[in-house]
Amino acid sequence: MNVVRLVWTGWLFHIKTLSLSGFFVLTAVFMPVVVATVAFYMFEAGGRPGTLFWAALGAAVYGIWSSTLFGSGGAIQWQRWQGTLEILVAAPAPFFLVVLPLTLATSTIGIYSLCATLLWGRIAFGIPFTLAHPLEFAVAVPVTILGLGLLGMVFAATFVLYRHANALSNMLEWPVLLVTGLLVPLSLLPGWVLPISWAFAPTWGMRALRDAALGGNPWPEIAITLLLGAVYVGIAAAFLRYFERAARKHATLSLT
Amino acid sequence: MSTARLFFVGGLTSYRALFGFLSPAIFIPSLLVAPIFQVLLFVYIGRSAGAESDTFYLVGNAIQYAAVPCVFAMTQIVSEERYQQTLGFILVSPAPRLPLFVGRALPVVVNAFCVSAFTFVVGARILDVSFPSSSIGGIALVTLLAAFSCTGLGLFVAAIGLVVRETAVLANVVFGLLLIFTHANVPASRTPAWMDAVGAVLPFTHAIEAARLLADGASLGSVSGLAWKELGIGTVYLAAGYLGLVWLERLSRSRATLERG
Repeated sequence: MNVVRLVWTGWLFHIKTLSLSGFFVLTAVFMPVVVATVAFYMFEAGGRPGTLFWAALGAAVYGIWSSTLFGSGGAIQWQRWQGTLEILVAAPAPFFLVVLPLTLATSTIGIYSLCATLLWGRIAFGIPFTLAHPLEFAVAVPVTILGLGLLGMVFAATFVLYRHANALSNMLEWPVLLVTGLLVPLSLLPGWVLPISWAFAPTWGMRALRDAALGGNPWPEIAITLLLGAVYVGIAAAFLRYFERAARKHATLSLT
Repeated sequence: MSTARLFFVGGLTSYRALFGFLSPAIFIPSLLVAPIFQVLLFVYIGRSAGAESDTFYLVGNAIQYAAVPCVFAMTQIVSEERYQQTLGFILVSPAPRLPLFVGRALPVVVNAFCVSAFTFVVGARILDVSFPSSSIGGIALVTLLAAFSCTGLGLFVAAIGLVVRETAVLANVVFGLLLIFTHANVPASRTPAWMDAVGAVLPFTHAIEAARLLADGASLGSVSGLAWKELGIGTVYLAAGYLGLVWLERLSRSRATLERG
């Protein structure tokens, strides 16, 4: 019960805090709309306007990915800057349960992106928003957010020892957007990229959303996203335990 | 002599001290790896859309990515003075303002050019894109002009950064606008006229167009008009940025808002 309360309260607190951050609102809304706009024009220029809804969904998930990535990169760094990292590590609650609500909150902020991108596509480009399976879509959205939030947990865990996590976030934004097939069909990429894409929750979350929206059976992808999420929890918990101990041992916890 | 020293040595010192991306741990992922993936992303979207050639996207994005080193560096180099509580010392010094502020732009131009050149070379190798050997000098020149004009815009944004709190947000917005309006990924013929009009007064638009023509085999002379426009746009932004900084300096003294974060 305490665990649920800790995660719920932390999630709510971070949602409120992040919603007041200009940087996060920008990350969640502005950049996905920019990428969506460029992609829409590119698909129109190529004479394939029928793919615009497909691209809009991809740009929307990119927004969730983007806010998760920057949130995960900043999760540890912000605590360092604010001088609260040692206090959080020293608290009786497991550090994992302290960081988890933050990464979940950053991916939840991606809801703004989903709405903004689809709304922008509707208003500026006249892209119809018609869902083939509304119920499945309603399930796929939170599952995708959960999957991305837990992936963010893995990043946050590995960033404990890395002083320049934000730079790593900058670097990872476009590659993951590319290899998870958010805006490019995976069949166009070299064959060796496919196994990499399978390891990322956005790949499966995206497929689930597209199947639910455009027609198809999204349940297998929803199940894989949840399964990957469970794997991420295990990896993140192990990483966080190891890196937290190493940081305490080498006295690098508060290094900025 | 002291003015030249202030311009070159002062500019370089400020750049080294205040541009936070210079550490290899930040520079390599942010300014060498990320632009390559930006090129690859738009090349693959382009292939998926069946729109333009790989060369089109390589040229557009290699030049457009210079926005990151230009705009972020200029905003950091000016706004960091305030956060480190050194802006007051700078502004009470008798140093002439022109070499003081514009000198900071020179290392930014050089760095942005190097980032674009690196993206061109590595991107061309990965995508197996080749340029006529006669065009390489011309492309390098317009890339340098693009770096200059965007640094001018960066100084202008830096001036605005002295009165707004979220400079990182501002720099990201500028990056996004440049991605849309400069025709880095969409040909001018495919966007509405009002977008073309906006793009015409932004850095990169003319340089990208010139570089694409050069890559298609045009002579440097035939794109000189575009090159001059790019230079002119950069000069206007640089002048606006400088005047903005001088004006804000006066304003901050009269209202005592110099160190307000």
